[in-house]
Amino acid sequence: MFSSTNWRKTAEAIAIPVGALLFSLVLFGLFCALCGKNPLAVYGLIYKSAFGNWRAFQGTLLRSAPLMLTALCTALPARLGLMIIGNEGALVMGGLASIIVGLTLSFGSVTPNAAQLQQVSGIPSFVVLAGMAIAGIIAGGVWIAIVGALRHYRAVNETISSLLMNYIAIAIMNQLVGGPIKDPGETIKASSFALPEVNRLANLPATRIHFGLLYGIIVCILAYILIQHTTFGFAARTAGGNVKAARIAGLPVGKLTIIICFLAGSCAGLAGMAEVAAVHGRVNESLVAGYGYTGILVAFVARYNPIACTLVAILLGGIISSGGALQRNLEMPDATVLVFQGLVFLVILYSDSLYGRFKIFKEPVITAPPPPSTSTTVPV
Amino acid sequence: MSTHRNIIYVPRRQVIRGLLATAAFAATTKLAGCSSGSETGTTDTAGDASGKPLTIGFVYVGAKDDYGWNQAHALGAQEIAKLPGVKLVEQASVPETKEVQEVMRSMIEQDGATVIFPTSFGYFNPHVVEMAKQYPDVQFFHCSTLWQDGMPTNIGNYYADTDEGQFIAGRVAAQSTKSGKLGFVAAKPVNPVIRNINGFIMGARSVKPDIKMQVIFTGDWNVPVKEAEATNSLADQGIDVIGVHVDSPKVVIETAEKRGILSSGYHADQSALAPKGYLTGTTYHWGQIYKEYVEQIKAGKKVADGGIVRIAQGSLKEGYIQMAPFGPAVSDATKKDAEATTGKFVDGSLVVYTGEIKDNTGKVRVPKGTTYKVSDPELDKVDWLANGVIGSVS
Repeated sequence: MFSSTNWRKTAEAIAIPVGALLFSLVLFGLFCALCGKNPLAVYGLIYKSAFGNWRAFQGTLLRSAPLMLTALCTALPARLGLMIIGNEGALVMGGLASIIVGLTLSFGSVTPNAAQLQQVSGIPSFVVLAGMAIAGIIAGGVWIAIVGALRHYRAVNETISSLLMNYIAIAIMNQLVGGPIKDPGETIKASSFALPEVNRLANLPATRIHFGLLYGIIVCILAYILIQHTTFGFAARTAGGNVKAARIAGLPVGKLTIIICFLAGSCAGLAGMAEVAAVHGRVNESLVAGYGYTGILVAFVARYNPIACTLVAILLGGIISSGGALQRNLEMPDATVLVFQGLVFLVILYSDSLYGRFKIFKEPVITAPPPPSTSTTVPV
Repeated sequence: MSTHRNIIYVPRRQVIRGLLATAAFAATTKLAGCSSGSETGTTDTAGDASGKPLTIGFVYVGAKDDYGWNQAHALGAQEIAKLPGVKLVEQASVPETKEVQEVMRSMIEQDGATVIFPTSFGYFNPHVVEMAKQYPDVQFFHCSTLWQDGMPTNIGNYYADTDEGQFIAGRVAAQSTKSGKLGFVAAKPVNPVIRNINGFIMGARSVKPDIKMQVIFTGDWNVPVKEAEATNSLADQGIDVIGVHVDSPKVVIETAEKRGILSSGYHADQSALAPKGYLTGTTYHWGQIYKEYVEQIKAGKKVADGGIVRIAQGSLKEGYIQMAPFGPAVSDATKKDAEATTGKFVDGSLVVYTGEIKDNTGKVRVPKGTTYKVSDPELDKVDWLANGVIGSVS
C-alpha cells in the first residue's frame, strides 16, 4: 500500500483499519463500563503499562516478537487468495526441528547420555543457532507447503486442512517428547533435553528482548519487498486476484502456491526456533502458547501487509502486556484482554465489507471522451 | 475483474471461511480455558500491623474459579490475604512462556512483591529459575519438588502428597457403589496422576478386594470435550462412581451428575457442582502451608540461608490436604470409616504403599514387608497401574 501511486487507495487502506480499531476501543469501553470501571482509566492504564516507558515498552516488544513471524504465515498466502491458519502447527514443527538440530550439534545426539551432556561440542554458538534457524525454517515451510500442495493438486480446502494440521503437529510433538527424544530427568512434564546455555539465543544489547524481534522485523521487511517489488510477488498477487486470468497469462499457479506456502510456513517455523532457542531452551507442551492463533489476528488487522504486521504485532503485544496491570491494578477479570482481542478481531473483519463504500476514497469519475467514430462492435 | 480492491484482495468467501474456522477454534481452546464468571476483587487487603506490608505475588496458569488446581491455590492465597500486614497481588491465566517472567518481573518492580508463588509446574524451568537469578533478594516458592543443586538458592519448593486422600476417597467409593464398577478420568499417564489412580483403587480394594476400575486417559490437562466423552462412556458401561484427575474436574463432575451417577472430586471442593452425586474428594489445603510461610518470612527467615526449609512436603497429618465435605450419597457408616482411616494415616498406623502390591499385569511391584511413606522418593518412580485397574499407561 505504501508503493501505491493512488493516494486515495492508500488513505482508504489506512483509514478503515484505524477507524475499526477506534470503534472496537469504543465497544471495549462499553464493556469496561459494564464491569463498573471507568473506560478512560482503563485506556490510560493500557497505554501506561504497554508503552508508558522504556521498561514497559520492552515487555511489549518481547511479546510482539513471535507474533510478527506467525502473522506472516497467514499474510503471505492471503495475497495469493489462500486463507491459511496453520500458524501454530508450523511454529511447533519449526521448534521441534530446531531442537533436534540444536541438540545434535551441541551434544552429538538428540538424547545425550550423562557423559555427552558434560561435553558440549566445540561448534561455535552462531553455527549451532544458524543450523537451528535453518531447520526451523525448513520444517515450518514444508509443513505449510503440504497444505499448499494438497490445495493445488487435490483441491483440499486449505483453511480446514491447515487448521487440522495444527493438531497433527502438536500430536507429533507430544509423541516425540513423550518417547524418542524425551529427557528422562523431566518426570512431570514430558520434555526434550535442554540446549546448553552457551547455545541459547542472546538478548539484544542492554535489553531483555531476545534476537527473535530482530528476526521478525527483518523477515517482515523482506516479505514486503518480495510481495510488492519483485516479479514473483507480482505474479503471486495476480494469481490472488484472479486464478483463471493468471493461468491464461501463463503464470505457474501451482508452483506459486507451493512456494508461497513454504515461505509462509518458514516464517512461523522461525518463530518456533526463536521461542525454543531464546525462551524455553527445550521443547514441551509450553511451546503451544497460542502465538499462532494471535498471529492470524495480527495478519487480519494488518490487511496482510507485512510491514503493517510489525506495527500491529507491537500494538497487540502492548494489549497483551497490559493484561496484567488490568488484573492487578483494576481487579478486572483475567479474560478482559481476550475480550478486547476478540472485539478488535470481529470489528476488523466486519470492516472488510466497507471497502469501496465511501465516496471520498473513490477516484473521481472522469467522463470518457466519446469513442472515435471508426470503432465499431464486431458482431460475433 | 480489476476492481479498486485488487491490491489486497481476498475473496469474501475465503474471509468468512477463515473467520468461521478461527472462531470455532478459538471458542473451543482459548475460551474453554477461561471459564465463565467474573472474579471478585481480592487484592489490597493489606493490614498495617508492622508498617510496610509484605507484598506477595501469586501467578496462576488458568482461571481462579476453575474448580480445580488454580482454585485450590487461589483459596490458599485468600487465607493469607486475611492476615494482617499482607498485601496480595494476583494474576490469572498466565501462559508458561516469556509471559510469566514478565508477570513476575512487574509484580516485583511495579507492585513491590518480595515473595512470589508461581503456582504452575510448568513455570519452574526456565522461568522461575531465570527470575530467581535476576532477583536474588526476592523469595520464590514453587509448588513442586524440582529444585536441584546449582539452582538459585532463593527458590523454595512445597508439595502435598495426595495418595492418602485418594485412598480414603477410594474407600468411600467402594462403600457407595452399587454396581461394583468404578471409573477414573485422568489427564496424562505421568507419576502424580498414576499415584492418584493407584491410591484410589488400593483404597477401594481395601474394602472390596475384587473391585475393578476402568481408567481413561484424555491425553491432556484441559480438554473438556474429551473429559465429558470419557465420563459418558464410563457411565454407559454401567460404572456408577467416577474419580478424576484433570486440571479442572468441573466437566467430569457435572457430566456424572447429569448421568445420575456418583463422583469423587480432586484439587478443590466441587460439591456445589453435583449436589446429589458428589461423594468427597482430595482437596489441597494450600492455605495451611502459605500461612506457615508468611509466619516464617515475617520472622525474617529466608530460604536462601536455610532459615526456611528447602522443600516443605506434607499430607493429611500436616494439614496440607483435606477431604472435601461428604455429599448426601455417603452413608453415616462410610463417613465414620473415612474419619477412622484419616486418623490412621495421621498417627502413621496405615501407609498406602504397603507390600505386597502387584500391578495390573500381575507383577509384584512392592514386595512383602516393604512400605513406602508418601514422601518417599521411591514413589516418584511409580509408572505402573495397581492391580484392579483396567487400562494401561502406554
